[in-house]
Amino acid sequence: MSQSLDWNAALPARARPRATADPRWLRLGLIGAALVFLGLFLALPLAAVFVHALGAGLAGYAAAIVDPAARSAIWLTLIVAAISVPLNTLFGVAAAWTIARFDFPGRNLLVSLIDLPFAVSPVVAGLIFVLLFGMQGVLGPWLIEHDIRIIFALPGIVLATTFVTFPFVARELIPLMQEQGDEEELAAISLGASAWQTFRRVTLPNIRLGLLYGVVLVNARAMGEFGAVSVVSGHIRGRTNTMPLHVEILYNEYQTAAAFAVASLLAFLAIGTLVARSLLEWRLAKQSAHDGAEEG
Amino acid sequence: MRAMPGSRRRSALPGFGPALGFTLFYLSLIVLIPLAALGVKTASFGWDALWTTVTSPRVLASYRISFGTAFAAACTNAVLGLLVAWVLVRYRFPGRALADALVDLPFALPTAVAGITLTTLLAKNGWVGRYLEPLGIQVAFTPLGISVALVFIGLPFVVRSVQPVLEDLEVELEEAAAILGANRWQTFRRVLFPALTPAVLTGFALAFARGVGEYGSVVFISGNMPMKTEIAPLLIVTRLEQYDYAGATAIAVAMLVVSLLMLVAINGLQSWSRTRQRAV
Repeated sequence: MSQSLDWNAALPARARPRATADPRWLRLGLIGAALVFLGLFLALPLAAVFVHALGAGLAGYAAAIVDPAARSAIWLTLIVAAISVPLNTLFGVAAAWTIARFDFPGRNLLVSLIDLPFAVSPVVAGLIFVLLFGMQGVLGPWLIEHDIRIIFALPGIVLATTFVTFPFVARELIPLMQEQGDEEELAAISLGASAWQTFRRVTLPNIRLGLLYGVVLVNARAMGEFGAVSVVSGHIRGRTNTMPLHVEILYNEYQTAAAFAVASLLAFLAIGTLVARSLLEWRLAKQSAHDGAEEG
Repeated sequence: MRAMPGSRRRSALPGFGPALGFTLFYLSLIVLIPLAALGVKTASFGWDALWTTVTSPRVLASYRISFGTAFAAACTNAVLGLLVAWVLVRYRFPGRALADALVDLPFALPTAVAGITLTTLLAKNGWVGRYLEPLGIQVAFTPLGISVALVFIGLPFVVRSVQPVLEDLEVELEEAAAILGANRWQTFRRVLFPALTPAVLTGFALAFARGVGEYGSVVFISGNMPMKTEIAPLLIVTRLEQYDYAGATAIAVAMLVVSLLMLVAINGLQSWSRTRQRAV
């Protein structure tokens, strides 16, 4: 995730010389093995989601989605994403500006700390908020006294989701901004642009695609987070169930078709994320090719 | 091209103070203070209680299962991820772009969806399980099933670590090896593989770290039998549901310490990988 977007950019343009080309049988064998593996592990499960979702027919599919508990889960998932995605995006831009544009003592430590949530199990991420805000938590008695609910309520779900998706935008932007360098921004400042003008007219257009991909990725993870949210939500149906938790409940109640119907909405979200990534990557490759042509 | 140390640059661009301030404030609020709560609580429960919990047979078994299955899955991913990265970078074939896009599916698909889908596929009457059943292979509700879920979850880490390094490798290196009389296998083993090792190890470590803590995709397929297929994160959830906060905290702290050590190792590997890449 820490890599920039140009995974596909550098396809060798010239034909490979015969001495370093693999024999045909090896090439076909390796391609075949890789495709069988990807097919079994990735394509088959994705297809299975949609086939099982229609297990109770189109009417059953529709009924599972318009069910009040499902609708409230969808609504809650959208609310949580609408809060934590903008917060993490704002943070990502500020952190990337700090880390990619300035050198200061402790910069490497800051980068490591931003990565910290990646190393924490989602269940532990949920647990720390229970230990902080739960009934027996550090702030528990004070919260009860003031009648503030965080655990088993919306704030806890938002906090846990924000924690788990914390590093994504920053990790996407830092390498991108380091690669681009600060010449254009310095030029804008020396020509008399204000800080805000420089950011809006120079930085933002430059990081636009990477930022957009970071947002798409954070959004997918925020809507799909299961472990952390499961610990803090309390599974109150119709109140604190997000879509992944609703899928779990339906599945454990042996309502398989309904579980897969709701799961298929999340699978659509995943497919949308992959399509967005491919499009953005393609645009980015075109942009850098264009920039390269201008420079050359 | 990265920002150079030096006061001229630092003063030339605006916004350092506010940006750093907001970064530190938000980092503390969302990550550092909540994590500190874990430390405060652990101290209040006492180290003896922590040690007793962590060394109890059921907890030790859950660590063994979590780390063992994650290790097996990360090894599988190191081999298959390298294969997939190689095929995607070096060969042109119809459907390549689609396969490349699909590699990110485990990043984008919610883990609970992956969990119920893999379980359904691998159960006795599932699309895949029904062909394995006559062979006497049971995958769902066994440690093998946990590893299968973790292979799914960890695959993109290895592929996306190796891919950019493989793309940047100079063809001239392989040409030189070929001219000097090496066959393809020798070239791969002596020239390509050493250059790719740091990236493969980084991907391996990332997949392993993710696998150890993974919950959503595993909890459905594992069957959750204590001592046999109960993973450590699930045991934390179980303890929490029994209002055993001290027990849950103890298991979490031990896991967190290992995760932090792995994070340090990954950072080391990544900087090694970058220096290698620059050297090559």
